[in-house]
Amino acid sequence: MPHYERGMALKTEPMVEQLELMGCIQCGKCTGGCPVARKTVLNIRSLIYDMLVEPELDVNAHPELWDCTCCFTCVERCPKDVRPADLIIGLRGQLVEGGRIPETIGAALMGVFRQGNPTGLAREDRAAWLDGVDEKQRTAVKAAQDGCEVLLFVGCSPAYDLRVQVVPRALVRAFTVAGLDFGTLGTEESCCGNEVRRMGEMGLFEMLVEENGELIRGAGARRVVTTSPHCFNTLKNEYGLDVGGTGAATSDIGHASASKIEVLHYTQLIAELIEQGRLAFSNEVRKTVTYHDPCFLGKQNHVFDEPRAILKAIPGLKLVEMDRSRERSLCCEGGGGRMWAEGTNLEERLAFQRVQEAADTGAEVLAVACPFCLLTLEDAVKVQGLDERLRVMDIMELVDLALNDDGEV
Amino acid sequence: MQTSGVKRQTSNVKGQTNGDRASGGPVTRDQGSPKPAALVIGGGIAGIQAALDIADAGYPVYLVEREPSIGGRMAQLDKTFPTLDCSSCILTPKMVDVGRHPNIELMTYSEVVSVAALDGAPPEESASPTRGFRVRVRKKPRYVDLDRCTGCGLCAAACRMKGRVVSRFDEGIANRSAIYVPFPQAVPLKYTVDPSACLYLTRGRCGKTFLCKEACPADAIDFEQQEELVDLDVETIIVATGFDLLDPRLKPEFGYDVYPEVMTGVEFERLSSASGPTMGKITVSGREPKDVVFIKCVGSRDPHTGVPYCSRVCCMYTAKHAHLVRDKLPDARITIFYMDVRAFGKGYEEFYDRVKHERVIYRRGEPSEVYRLRKNGDDTGRVVVLAEDTLLGRPIEVEADLVVLATAVVPRTDVAEVAGLLGLERSPDGFFQEAHAKLSPVDTNLDRIFMAGCCQGPKDIPDTVAQAKAAASSALGVLSRCERKLTFDV
Repeated sequence: MPHYERGMALKTEPMVEQLELMGCIQCGKCTGGCPVARKTVLNIRSLIYDMLVEPELDVNAHPELWDCTCCFTCVERCPKDVRPADLIIGLRGQLVEGGRIPETIGAALMGVFRQGNPTGLAREDRAAWLDGVDEKQRTAVKAAQDGCEVLLFVGCSPAYDLRVQVVPRALVRAFTVAGLDFGTLGTEESCCGNEVRRMGEMGLFEMLVEENGELIRGAGARRVVTTSPHCFNTLKNEYGLDVGGTGAATSDIGHASASKIEVLHYTQLIAELIEQGRLAFSNEVRKTVTYHDPCFLGKQNHVFDEPRAILKAIPGLKLVEMDRSRERSLCCEGGGGRMWAEGTNLEERLAFQRVQEAADTGAEVLAVACPFCLLTLEDAVKVQGLDERLRVMDIMELVDLALNDDGEV
Repeated sequence: MQTSGVKRQTSNVKGQTNGDRASGGPVTRDQGSPKPAALVIGGGIAGIQAALDIADAGYPVYLVEREPSIGGRMAQLDKTFPTLDCSSCILTPKMVDVGRHPNIELMTYSEVVSVAALDGAPPEESASPTRGFRVRVRKKPRYVDLDRCTGCGLCAAACRMKGRVVSRFDEGIANRSAIYVPFPQAVPLKYTVDPSACLYLTRGRCGKTFLCKEACPADAIDFEQQEELVDLDVETIIVATGFDLLDPRLKPEFGYDVYPEVMTGVEFERLSSASGPTMGKITVSGREPKDVVFIKCVGSRDPHTGVPYCSRVCCMYTAKHAHLVRDKLPDARITIFYMDVRAFGKGYEEFYDRVKHERVIYRRGEPSEVYRLRKNGDDTGRVVVLAEDTLLGRPIEVEADLVVLATAVVPRTDVAEVAGLLGLERSPDGFFQEAHAKLSPVDTNLDRIFMAGCCQGPKDIPDTVAQAKAAASSALGVLSRCERKLTFDV
């Protein structure tokens, strides 16, 4: 944990006005539904009240600001459009500007700045995941800069993390089978910036939007599909790609362009390909599977049905639901920068609770559609000693099994 | 639309024959229709009160109700706040008065299909109609002859669908037959065949014989019945079309429709009502609840659900619900989650005080989520309500075996259609717009058309009745001027 000094007084009034906090009626729905408020002292409702009634706030006195996973349950449920999580992001921004951030967060931001990814691994290795793809299929992956129908925005974890790399590889196989005309930005792709923004580093985020935005528009593809719901969220809602002109959410960083670009998460595209009959499954996957809705896909972007449609289309697969699913899905605690910061409570993890809920359904596989969920929940399964009973798999791994004859799970 | 068989009806006081009707010729006011008439649309407490006041003043009233019985929402309620009067006990006498009033022509199971100003212009273009309206009403076929049916109920007992059709009046917590009266105190106490459930009407046959027809000693059931269109000439209209309740599935975090333990306030009314399906016994899945949680403002004060306003009645009916639970389950733990308590009416704050003394815990905080309570992976038949107690300033989890959602009062789903039919304006909240928020609260944008009750906005029974009496008074002004052939120059 970083060393927090006292006395970083923030004048509350400008942020109260900017975020329209005056509309808050202190109903407590935000803190009531906040998954981390149950394990740390983070209380966003009380923080808003502090901002409203006090002239200054000592931001350094709130190390729990780094506990927020930006699951946005508070934003989704706030009856008054206050967007409580935006206050946390704003306050983090103050800490970032003051240089008072946890070391690991600083390292992640530095990695993005220098190498275009939070792990700080070399930019020239960004396309190395493709080495694991079958030679014939690899040739089907175009350089998006040369033009293609669909641009696959790979994302950092899928590109670099050895566990997650199977997901974009499976996407390449599925797209090839479906005869899709697609490509990637290769080593030119940078971090999407979704977590960068949520860690409060607006300057770096804007730089990433500019770089990636230019590359994506320049490529000319009509559709962008992402591996991660986090990339999906920011490309869809914060890049202004779909409006064709200047960005809606971040007007200062928009570009003038005539074409509208549709942003999809891979589950939407795969479900579409199945629906159109371009993707058919030949193998049975005789598994009982439960599905965990990622916050950035479900709660924040209301994509609930497509992942389930894919699972239901796999022959032999039995889908069972956890009690807390869809809008009530429990956050895995990997978002909002929490992949690079432990937070103030190291003992209790939401992922522990989540994998137990999954195991209680009797499922053998906990299916996910997000790299962070994959990593946090897989860790939790091991720590909780559930690895004999429950396996965490990305939906694309199940799709891959249904497509190929590579044998049992 | 079938127009050939349209009956034209002038204001006919019951029992009085009208020679013009027999001839079928057009009837105009000048040909000596005895009294100018009023139309009341909607037979809830607002429409009932307005119709009675006009009728008592000596003018004829057509009361059009689309359900088989009048009574509306108030008929569904158990007790009323803050006096704890039994709702049906105070409503039923008024319903009976309507049914028997010589000046009221009750048209149940009927809907207004068109309204035209008698001076030829559509109502919205006739800012100050010098004459009244010609209103076309569709009488839906009940497949039961009203004159013959005695309301004995032998048909419903014999129906093949007995106990298999969801009762909307009982909010889905009880079933009925395909031939039914919505509730025992219905006015008129006449049976109706539900065309969406009757085997004969949906599939073309019902076994070898009609069990209902065989059972009916009065030979009242007639599957040949057709819908009927009736034209009414009226001088003034009172709109009293009521409200709907927000679909709680719009707040998926509360698990309505997922957990049987989660129900709406109106469902609770039916559960608690002594004349309801459980005879007033409060049970969930056959068990008496030990922990009861009430959640207020479900959808209200929430622009996300299209309900930015306060629904006005939930604070008090939730207090009343808590009292009813305490009355019936002395040992239950009762928690009410609230954001604010708005007890503004006569006797309301006193009632709130009383309920608090009855060991009802008010906790400040709008709950965020409801989920299933599991112990060792097993379903416990209980749920957990997640909230922050904002006065303690910490997140809490309250276990419950009954959660009651105070869902928002919203405009009728067909409010736009009704507004279009009459040419009425609507306020931004979707309800009908009054002519002046302060000084013309029951007037609409159109002369001669008034409104009463929750079609104008959420309100409780006392306010609804007061508005109904105000609307009746305004309508009586029109009727009196028409009768004395006074001009409408203002």
